[in-house]
Amino acid sequence: MSDILDLSAYEIRKKIIDREILIKDVLDLLFERIKENDNNSFITLCEDEAYKKAEELQKRLEDDPDGKKGKLFGIAVAIKDNICTKGIKTTAASKILYNFVPEYNATVIDLIEKEDGIIIGKTNMDEFAMGSTSETSYYGAVKNPLNNEYVSGGSSGGSASAVAGHECFMALGSDTGGSIRQPAGFCGVVGIKPTYSSVSRYGLIAYGSSLDQIGPIAGNVTDAVNLLEVISAYDPKDSTSKNGVDREYSKYLTDDIKDLKIGVPKEYLSDSVDADVRENIKNAIEVFKKLGCEVKECGLALTDYVVPAYYTIASAEASSNLERFDGVKYGLRADDYEGLHDMYKKTRKEGFGTEVKRRIMLGSFVLSSGYYDAYYLKALRVRNLIKQEFDKLFKEFDVILSPVSPETTPKIGESLSDPIKMYLSDVYTVSANLTGMPGISIPCGIDRNNMPVGMQLFADHFREDNIIKAAYAFEKAGKGM
Amino acid sequence: MKKIDDETLDYVEILAKLDLSEDERIKAKDDMEKMLAFIEKMNELDTKDVVPLSHVTDINNVFREDEEVSSFEAETILSNAPKNENNMYEVPCTILSE
Amino acid sequence: MAKEYEMVIGLEVHVELATKTKIFCGCKTTFGMKPNTLTCPVCSGMPGSLPVLNKKVLEYAIMVGLATNCDITRYSKFDRKNYFYPDNPQNYQISQLYEPICRNGFVNIKSDAGEKKIGIHEIHMEEDAGKLVHDSWGETSFVDYNRSGVPLIEIVSEPDMRSADDVINYLEKLRLIIQYLGVSDCKLNEGSMRADVNVSVMEKGSKTFGTRTEMKNLNSFKAIRRAIENERERQIDLIESGEEIVQETRKWDDEKGKSYPMRSKEDAKDYRYFPEPDLMPIVIDDEWLDKLKEKEPEFKDEKVKRYISEFKLPEYDADIITEDKKMADFFEEAISLGGEPKKISNYLLGEVKRLLNENNTEFDKINLNPLNLVKLIKIQEEGKINSTIAKEVFEKMYYEDVEPLEYIKEHSLMMESNEDELKDIVQKVIDENEKSVEDYRNGKEKALGFLVGQTMKVTKGKANPGMINKLLKELLSDGK
Repeated sequence: MSDILDLSAYEIRKKIIDREILIKDVLDLLFERIKENDNNSFITLCEDEAYKKAEELQKRLEDDPDGKKGKLFGIAVAIKDNICTKGIKTTAASKILYNFVPEYNATVIDLIEKEDGIIIGKTNMDEFAMGSTSETSYYGAVKNPLNNEYVSGGSSGGSASAVAGHECFMALGSDTGGSIRQPAGFCGVVGIKPTYSSVSRYGLIAYGSSLDQIGPIAGNVTDAVNLLEVISAYDPKDSTSKNGVDREYSKYLTDDIKDLKIGVPKEYLSDSVDADVRENIKNAIEVFKKLGCEVKECGLALTDYVVPAYYTIASAEASSNLERFDGVKYGLRADDYEGLHDMYKKTRKEGFGTEVKRRIMLGSFVLSSGYYDAYYLKALRVRNLIKQEFDKLFKEFDVILSPVSPETTPKIGESLSDPIKMYLSDVYTVSANLTGMPGISIPCGIDRNNMPVGMQLFADHFREDNIIKAAYAFEKAGKGM
Repeated sequence: MKKIDDETLDYVEILAKLDLSEDERIKAKDDMEKMLAFIEKMNELDTKDVVPLSHVTDINNVFREDEEVSSFEAETILSNAPKNENNMYEVPCTILSE
Repeated sequence: MAKEYEMVIGLEVHVELATKTKIFCGCKTTFGMKPNTLTCPVCSGMPGSLPVLNKKVLEYAIMVGLATNCDITRYSKFDRKNYFYPDNPQNYQISQLYEPICRNGFVNIKSDAGEKKIGIHEIHMEEDAGKLVHDSWGETSFVDYNRSGVPLIEIVSEPDMRSADDVINYLEKLRLIIQYLGVSDCKLNEGSMRADVNVSVMEKGSKTFGTRTEMKNLNSFKAIRRAIENERERQIDLIESGEEIVQETRKWDDEKGKSYPMRSKEDAKDYRYFPEPDLMPIVIDDEWLDKLKEKEPEFKDEKVKRYISEFKLPEYDADIITEDKKMADFFEEAISLGGEPKKISNYLLGEVKRLLNENNTEFDKINLNPLNLVKLIKIQEEGKINSTIAKEVFEKMYYEDVEPLEYIKEHSLMMESNEDELKDIVQKVIDENEKSVEDYRNGKEKALGFLVGQTMKVTKGKANPGMINKLLKELLSDGK
């Protein structure tokens, strides 16, 4: 019966509603799988809450088989641990929040619950979403389910690992510089970073507020798009939430992409990109051509500047966003201290990990008096140039195609020693955050180590329709191949 | 290239409210110098006439009306506080640290 | 010869806006509630919470800007001001540095040399901090976030003031403008208006300003005046003894009459302002500004002119009544209810002011009802009560908001106007006071007053004094 877990979310929902399986039995299998896999993909499991909700839903189903059923009816969803869940511990994988239990839900959680989804646990991640491998977690590194020696990617590594390891049917991640798309790529699943301002950030523990978006990770394009449709809604509690835009994403699950114009930046396929990655991307280009798309090379001359601009802005915003973790209102407070400032310093010294401290220090510095113009403001200007460069491309192309990462999936323990090298591997993902555009990551092949290679598709603001169609058609074509 | 000396590092520790050990300080200086050198690559670009882009969406004038929304119970708000007394957060005396 | 010095003073005035709810969340702004009962994830700095701007705060800020002749910034933004302190739950305050909502304004104040213009550099919106209370052992402080997120505007003046008088006149002017706009009650003693004073001294006639210090914790006009004088002396002493003035923030201790530097090595005074990513820009168009301009009330100066021309009030009366917007409102309402302006004014300047002073309170704290005052004056005019009774009834109205006619009836205070009855009483008084009668007849006018008083006494003050006078004269001349 364990092949139940290989089904897609929409298939499971149908089986539950048709009463071919009991929700509780599905949960049994999932929790068993989580223990079996032992990939450290979860920080907290919500078994009691999940079974309780399952019972409720099952009863509703028995009492009124024809009643209204939410889009996620009975589907087990995993939530990245930087998204606040009322009554359920939310740590952002940091010691400084080791015991924090929010008294409120993030807006996306309310939306999932409204559609009858079942939250089964909180997934592991890089501490405060700062990292590219999910190794900076206070709760230990997440393993890649395809091969336990490899990282799951980051920062939403736990969510990608849980989906790829069939520990849940779909998951939420957050993406500040590629944190959904890159782990999805490394784990061979689908991840979407929506247009900035389409999904509410209320209740997401902020890293870089002008960059962060919550998005779905799932085993296939349809599931990812369905979850996106559930969580994407105008939210008056988030001032950056956009009202009055098309959010019916599921209607774009069609494979008609004839005449779609796809641009491939030549900088993204240079010699510095791993040969296996290049090879797989080239194959993907051929698939799109066969599907009737117009694929052309294009240029992104500013590619070398996106990572410097990104790290300046992200670190600056992070240094401010993480000031609230001070031992006063929630989470950790150091045991011994003398006076107020010593309490702050000892608490933060003890509570934050190395990578978080590194970014807080850099961020505080680039905002400080005398350096603000030279670093922070400069980065905002460069950001504008980068945005303009993409705006221009989208006048010509519907979709931009790129690798998710210039490198293949690294092994656990290989990345943290050289931070700058790690940051540079975000080169193809951070542009979407700097400009706000949407991006989807889908698997497009395997490398020499049998690890998946991810492809990424971008579109202009609120043109999710283009990347959904392209990804759906590509996925379908792959199944036929 | 910006050199991070002890004084600068002390200053950043005050700003960021961090307390680094001697080993961490050595590492931090090196890290920051490398990171700053890395981001200084931006200086290759002429951005004189470019407007800084702080928000990527075109949304503006987002308001709420002056209408009450129920507050939380004090006990609820304080339920995560490491130390509290009489429905207030407890902190080391702030007068002494002024 | 001793050098002469001149002070240069600029002010940063914080005003708490009288909105129902906080600036970035829906918690109420009510004063004096139990600790942390007016808080939510937003104003207590919980992870993941986000601010949404209260529209009324913006409109109030713009209204103050318009009334102080400012340019309204058409594309305004919020910034974060970063500093660690427990009264600030996020450890950053949402404020405006780069694009404040109002700039380049001015107000005119009175000074010895006539009218004087005080420039307003800018007005910006920001959130208030929470409240800290300290235990008596000096070991622990306690934090209450009820005030956290209460909306403030900060009005930053140009360094155009030269004396403590200038400062007080400027603050009075701001208070009047803001009170008339109805956007704050502006009370220094209650903290809804707070002033930080930047003071420097220079040699008289010099063009270069000296090093300035910023003085905080000034809770009354008296404290402001003392602190400025004290700082002037302190700085002059330093200059004369050849010492440097340190640019610093100082805290005024009004009890000790001294100020102390507020410094700490942990306090870098580097606020790392940057654009608040959680709030979107504010764009103001002409239409919106016009609408807000229409809401502009009649201000004090205009009211004074109108009271003089329309109600024929003496300037003195008009000036005092309009010192307090609430009193001016009362005055106008009383008139609209049929009151006679000068008589209303007499009550306000007389009895009302006396009782306010006696109780050390303010006009907006009392229960006096304009309709009742109009009624009382009418009752008095009709000769139904005399001034002694009127005073008694007025006090009852002032403290307990009683209806005058009911009160008068209930306590049988109506004036004795039955001439026959009164005639008997007067005759009795004449009979019992032969000495005074004789004095009167011998030309001592004063004796008549005594007889009036005696009659009043018998009638327990309820008799109409005019009628007593008339009857006495009649009866005394009859017997001649």
